[in-house]
Amino acid sequence: MASEGDRRGDLEIAPRRSRILDVTGSGNDGRRGLVIALISTVIFLLLVGFAISRAPGWQEVRRAFFDWGYFKESFPEIARAFMLNVKIFMIAEVFILVFALLLAVLRSLPGPVFFPLRAFAVVYTDFFRGVPTILVITLLGFGAPALQLQGIPTSTTFWGIVALVLVYSAYVSEVYRAGIESVHPSQEMAARSLGLSRGQTLRRVILPQAVRRVIPPLLNDFIGLQKDTALVGTLGAVEAFQQAQIDANATFNYTALLAAAVLFVAITIPLARFTDWLILRDRRRREASGTLA
Amino acid sequence: MNEALRVERLHKSFGRIEVLRGVDLVVAEHQVICLIGASGSGKSTLLRCINVLERIDSGRILVEGRDVTARGVDVNEIRRQIGIVFQAFNLFPHMSVLRNITLAPRDVLDLSRSEAEERAVALLERFGLGDKRDEYPDRLSGGQQQRVAIVRALAMQPRLMLLDEVTSALDPELVAEVLEVIRELATGAMTMVIATHEMAFARDIASRVCFLDDGMILEEGPPEQIFTEPREARTQRFLQRIIAAGRL
Repeated sequence: MASEGDRRGDLEIAPRRSRILDVTGSGNDGRRGLVIALISTVIFLLLVGFAISRAPGWQEVRRAFFDWGYFKESFPEIARAFMLNVKIFMIAEVFILVFALLLAVLRSLPGPVFFPLRAFAVVYTDFFRGVPTILVITLLGFGAPALQLQGIPTSTTFWGIVALVLVYSAYVSEVYRAGIESVHPSQEMAARSLGLSRGQTLRRVILPQAVRRVIPPLLNDFIGLQKDTALVGTLGAVEAFQQAQIDANATFNYTALLAAAVLFVAITIPLARFTDWLILRDRRRREASGTLA
Repeated sequence: MNEALRVERLHKSFGRIEVLRGVDLVVAEHQVICLIGASGSGKSTLLRCINVLERIDSGRILVEGRDVTARGVDVNEIRRQIGIVFQAFNLFPHMSVLRNITLAPRDVLDLSRSEAEERAVALLERFGLGDKRDEYPDRLSGGQQQRVAIVRALAMQPRLMLLDEVTSALDPELVAEVLEVIRELATGAMTMVIATHEMAFARDIASRVCFLDDGMILEEGPPEQIFTEPREARTQRFLQRIIAAGRL
């Protein structure tokens, strides 16, 4: 009947080390592994560099994309514009976390009475996952202000954020839902048997476990969101990518775009490593608790 | 003697499989009823129906004279008065032992934090778990987890306890400590319905033993009678199999 696995939930992962973070490979001899990894990385980079620099158009590309002078010149202004990306990201993130959770909860409501709400959640996620983000941003950003309704903001940044919230909530609600469904039904039964209402059970027992399990995939979606803030620039808001294009058009040199790329990567890479670390920590915890009888 | 529980002509199907086919059962206050029978005979389902965790198809279940299956009954209020303990413990893994126990008293009974914790600590100490209050469930042995689960149910001060094969998921050396807890409850005059495969324990503790077969109570009586001179051929066969397996 109910086994160990049943009790511990469904997200059991086989004992395994992270392939990326564990540079040393499988050997016990850590230092030797590290040296080999270093040498092979250097050789690899040299080979790639050699191949690219031998390309017929390399000189041309280097002048147009890798000009240190232009980089230094354009960087401060793009960095200032990048603050708008960060702002959009932060505001959108808060609303996405809340709205997506609401959608996920709607979708997990049982019984025929709640069919309309469940159906709404399904249609919503299907629609917004199916439509390209840039299309939603363009439609809302140009369409909503054009209504000229009293009390409705006309700021393109505002509508850009709304569009991102609508699209990303669809993705994130699916992540939440996977988390909710990964909590074993026996947990709900145990809570209800103690007299907790359905709402109390959700709030105290189901959601805390579900959210904990989906933090890594949530962060993954937020890395995507941080990149997609650049799409708001298509509405005319001067964020990093837009600013870089303005600079590039003014100087006929594309190095500014590289500066924008550096800024995005500077935020998304730490986020990605943090996600990896969380997954690894989670796995270690599971293994630790698995060895205890 | 007051009647704690009455089950009348209870039917329950899952899809096309009829699991309970007309169960009748009367439990007086302070009685300990042991349900025995093969896996799939409907023991767990019967307990879950009594706690309104399963919707029944027909029949009636009265808890202290109150029909818990009637329309419009507040199921949360019913469950407050009936404790149930499961085979797989089902502790909340993200909460400490103390929080597992105080959750329902605080959220459902609206006890203050200090009141709920006082009650929880007293119960933990009574069952030899005083030093585990701040541990998380996955740091405990199966026997300790099951004892915590029993304490969690007791913290609601139930009028009736349902135990669903609470030792079946335990390693053999951990069974005794859990049975000891149940024995202590029986001494304290707790009304209990216990589904179990521990026949020696059932013989020892039960006021009455009910043999469930194919969704019906085929035979019931005092333990001496059921275990030594069962009337029904099916009961005899079941007990012979148990004896052959060395469980009695």
